[in-house]
Amino acid sequence: MQNPTWQESVYAALKAANVTMIGYVPDAGHAHLIKAAHADPEVDTVVLTTEEEGIALSAGAWLGGKRCAILMQSSGVGNCINMLSLPLNCRMPFLTLVTMRGEWGEFNPWQVPMGAATQPVLTAAGVHVRRADQPDEVAEMVGASAALAFDSQIPVAVLFSQRLIGAKVFVK
Amino acid sequence: MTALRNDGTLDRRVAVAELMRDPGDLLVVTGLGAATYDVGAAGDRPTNFYLWGAMGGAAMIGLGIALAQPTKRVLVITGDGEQLMGMGALATTAAAKAPNLSIAVLDNARFGETGSQLSHTGLGADLAAVAAACGWQNVAIARDMDEVATLRTRLRTESLFAVLSISAEEKIRHLPPRDGAYLADRFRRALGVAE
Repeated sequence: MQNPTWQESVYAALKAANVTMIGYVPDAGHAHLIKAAHADPEVDTVVLTTEEEGIALSAGAWLGGKRCAILMQSSGVGNCINMLSLPLNCRMPFLTLVTMRGEWGEFNPWQVPMGAATQPVLTAAGVHVRRADQPDEVAEMVGASAALAFDSQIPVAVLFSQRLIGAKVFVK
Repeated sequence: MTALRNDGTLDRRVAVAELMRDPGDLLVVTGLGAATYDVGAAGDRPTNFYLWGAMGGAAMIGLGIALAQPTKRVLVITGDGEQLMGMGALATTAAAKAPNLSIAVLDNARFGETGSQLSHTGLGADLAAVAAACGWQNVAIARDMDEVATLRTRLRTESLFAVLSISAEEKIRHLPPRDGAYLADRFRRALGVAE
C-alpha cells in the first residue's frame, strides 16, 4: 500500500479529533483537505466569503456541541482579528490550519506583508501558534493542536510553512 | 423590489417580545447592541446567546449552531448595522442551505449605539433584496404588528430571512449577562452537549 501523503494524514488527524465541521476560504495548499471534506458525508463543509466568518461558524458549532476547523491562507489571518475576541471571551476552542504565503520563494510581493505579520498578529490576538516545516511532523502537530484547542478550550493556529506546501509557480 | 423606507414605525421591544413569545426550545443568537438588549428584555433564558462584540458574526454563529443541531430551530436576531458588517454571511448562509436557520434583522436604518448615524439601509441598501440575491429563497419584510405575528410563525417553521422595519426611537438599555464564558457554558448545558 502506498504511504499516505501528509495532506491525507492531516485529514485523518482532524477526523481522529472528532472534527465534523470544516469551513474554508480556498487555498491551493488546502486543496486536498477541501476535496476530502466535501466528499465526506460525516462532515459539514462550508465555503466562506471571508475568514472571520469561520471564527463565528466555529463558535456556533461549539455551542451546538460539534467541533469545527477552519482552513485559510496567511493573507486571511488579517481578516480575523476582531472576531478572535469571540472564542477568547467565551472560552471556546478555535482551530485553524493556515497555509503560508510570502515567506519562501514567493513570486507575488503582495503576499509578503501579511505573510511576515501572520505569526506575531495571531500571537498578539491571543492565539497559540504552532508551525510545521516538515512533512513528517504535520499530522502529529495537527492532532496535538486539536487536542489543545478542544480540550483546553483555547484558540490554536497551525501554520503550514510555504517550504512545506511548495511555493506557487507563476512563471513556467 | 422597492428599497426599504427609513420611516419604520414598529416598536422594537414590542416586536421582539412578539418574536420571542412562547419560545419553547428555540436557540437564539443576538447581534451586539440593541438586538441583545431587546431579546434580553423579552426574558433571559439559557439558550439565548447574546453577543456584546464580534460585530458581523451573528448569522455565522447561527449557521454553526444550525448545522450542529439539525433537529432544533435557530433564530438570529440582529440589527441592520451588524448584518451590514457581515453581509458576506448572507451568501454563506444561503449557500449552506440549513433548513432550520432563520434570521430577523431589526432595521432602524441607523447605527443606534454610536449616535444614531444613518446606516447603509438608510442610504438606499435593501438587506431583504441582498439576501434574496444571495440565494435566500424565503424573504419577508414586516412593517406592522400583524406582519410581525406572521413572521413569528414563519421564522420558526421555514428558513426565512426577515427584515423588521422598526422605529428609530431609542429604548432604555436592558443589559443581559455579558460574560461570554458563562453564556456559552449555560447554552451548552441547556442543550446537553457540555463535555
